[in-house]
Amino acid sequence: MAFLEVKNLHVEIDGKTILNGLDLTVDKGQVAAIMGPNGSGKSTLAYVLAGKDDYEVTEGDILLDGESVLEMSPDERAAKGLFLAFQYPVEVPGVATMTFLRTALNAQRKTRGEGEVSTPDFMKLVRDTAKNLGISQEMLRRPVNVGFSGGEKKRQEILQMSVLQPRLAVLDETDSGLDIDALKIVADGVNRLRSPDRAMIVITHYQRLLNYIVPDVVHVMAQGKVMKSGGKELALELEAKGYAEFQGEAA
Amino acid sequence: MNADVRAMRTPAEQALSDAYAAARKTLPGKGAVERLREDAFRQFETQGLPHRRVEEWKYTDLRALLREVNPPASPPDAAAKRRAGEARDLLAGLDCRRLVFVDGAFVPDMSDLAPEDGLTIGSLADALARGDALVAGHVGKTFATDDVAVALNTALMGDGAVIRVAKGTALKKPIHVVFASGSDKPASAFVRSLVVVEEGARATIAESHDSGDTQVNAALELVVGDGADVSYFRITRARALHVASLLASIGADATFRSFAYTSDSDVVRNQNFVTFAGENTHGALRGVSLLRGKEHVDTTLLIEHAVGHCESREQFKAVLDDEAHGVFQGKIVVQPHAQKTDAKMMTRSLLLSDGAEADNKPELEIFADDVVCGHGATTAAPDDNLKFYLMSRGIPEKEAEALLIQAFVGEVIDEIDDEGIRDALMNDAIDWLRRRG
Repeated sequence: MAFLEVKNLHVEIDGKTILNGLDLTVDKGQVAAIMGPNGSGKSTLAYVLAGKDDYEVTEGDILLDGESVLEMSPDERAAKGLFLAFQYPVEVPGVATMTFLRTALNAQRKTRGEGEVSTPDFMKLVRDTAKNLGISQEMLRRPVNVGFSGGEKKRQEILQMSVLQPRLAVLDETDSGLDIDALKIVADGVNRLRSPDRAMIVITHYQRLLNYIVPDVVHVMAQGKVMKSGGKELALELEAKGYAEFQGEAA
Repeated sequence: MNADVRAMRTPAEQALSDAYAAARKTLPGKGAVERLREDAFRQFETQGLPHRRVEEWKYTDLRALLREVNPPASPPDAAAKRRAGEARDLLAGLDCRRLVFVDGAFVPDMSDLAPEDGLTIGSLADALARGDALVAGHVGKTFATDDVAVALNTALMGDGAVIRVAKGTALKKPIHVVFASGSDKPASAFVRSLVVVEEGARATIAESHDSGDTQVNAALELVVGDGADVSYFRITRARALHVASLLASIGADATFRSFAYTSDSDVVRNQNFVTFAGENTHGALRGVSLLRGKEHVDTTLLIEHAVGHCESREQFKAVLDDEAHGVFQGKIVVQPHAQKTDAKMMTRSLLLSDGAEADNKPELEIFADDVVCGHGATTAAPDDNLKFYLMSRGIPEKEAEALLIQAFVGEVIDEIDDEGIRDALMNDAIDWLRRRG
């Protein structure tokens, strides 16, 4: 049984169809890249997986470990091990980063019936991870993402992911707005989390990120579905030829 | 308002007139004080209780809200004092000097009257009866207003705190003026306090009202001397109609901060009349109100920049749940010669339910031509994108909302310098959120 199974997913927002019969499976330990042109529905897929309620699923199902998540709230999905690294992480004024991380971690543990993490363990986990990502102590004291640059926000996303240790991480255009140095730091952070027990979906426009986070499989999305799947060489092919082929196919 | 528009007196207006007639001979103070009361009472008789057609009271129709006037509170007996002593004190953990009033009357044996250099403390009733010079010099003179609630307070003022901080004195601890309720039956109290912080002195004064079922009309006259530094807090919980007026005059080169915190109250009108009377002064008025059920809290400001080169900041936030009603009216007046005034006013309301209502009315009246003045008002529900972000990290919806509300009010509460008071108010806000479930 696949770890994540998306079956014939149809999704609308404000009456407009965005996902149109999408099928996708991701296995444990696998890093799957999803590539595709603007408007192909990549970010919608990310939001629908995470449970954003602006989107209406009209048909199909999303199964995690064989269990449908469609009726689950975003926090329940997170407790099941789902994590979305946002393309545009939001600023949360007035909520200190440390408080946020701790509240999130303990809330997930509580939902799973686990005890709260001890303060020293938590502090050590955050400090060590932050250090690897070049996030200063001062930044940890600040409110979540407030006043951070695009690159800093992306690093915060990876920090959150590292602390929360999800089983399925969805990275939505984590490379956008990053310079090459920041891209390497973020990619290193992601690679450290690769594990046989964890699946990752890396959504990107560009092949560049996949030089640093090398995928096991590449899916091409267009017109709200997966049009083609292949190995990592498919990404290079797309880089050379563009997406014209897939956009034409569905038209 | 035109007197002839008011055809009929309401029972409450009649009751207030009767209360004054019955009490006038026994209310403290003779001579000039009697005349002050008499003038104020006549003003009330002419204007009547303010109602929705009186612009300043548009959203808090006192005539409609005050159906019945409770009898004046009796002097507290032992049982009343015990009940008052057992009441929850939001600032219980604060290292401060407490002056305790029960049902509007000073209770010396519950108060900390240890002497401190440069500090004079006492009761207004005593001071009025004695003809105290400080009180005679200031009472009714701090801010000229024809507001009827203030007039009623002047006519019927019974007791309150009188605090003088002498020139150059820095108070060792905050003074907490506690107005507690001990009465076991509905009552009413008219309390009036006077705080004079002289030149170069420093003081933190917290006034708290936990007035239970006692109707309260409270007024404070606050005189901040040149170069003085004053923080003033007003903390209110009231289950009967509560009207509080701050009348303040701030001197030159001074620093003044006020903070009003209101929660768990049925109907509260917090009005603030502040005049910047000396140049180069920084003033900040802030506040947070937390409302649920059918609670109603009205914050009304009249900030007068009478002289130039002053900076004022006004920042008020309200959290409104259920069918609560929040009102903010803020008026900044800049007089013709008050050049280089820098005034900014901001109010934000967070609506937690479809039935909640926020009315915001910021006003600027600027008669000078070289000033920086601005105001802003927002009313919104908690941001769905923020909520989704928090929930996507595993935080359940209610907890996510609580975190966002806490952050919303925290932004203002964090501005409080005094750590003890800041923490006490934040903890109370968190407790309020917890009770939301």
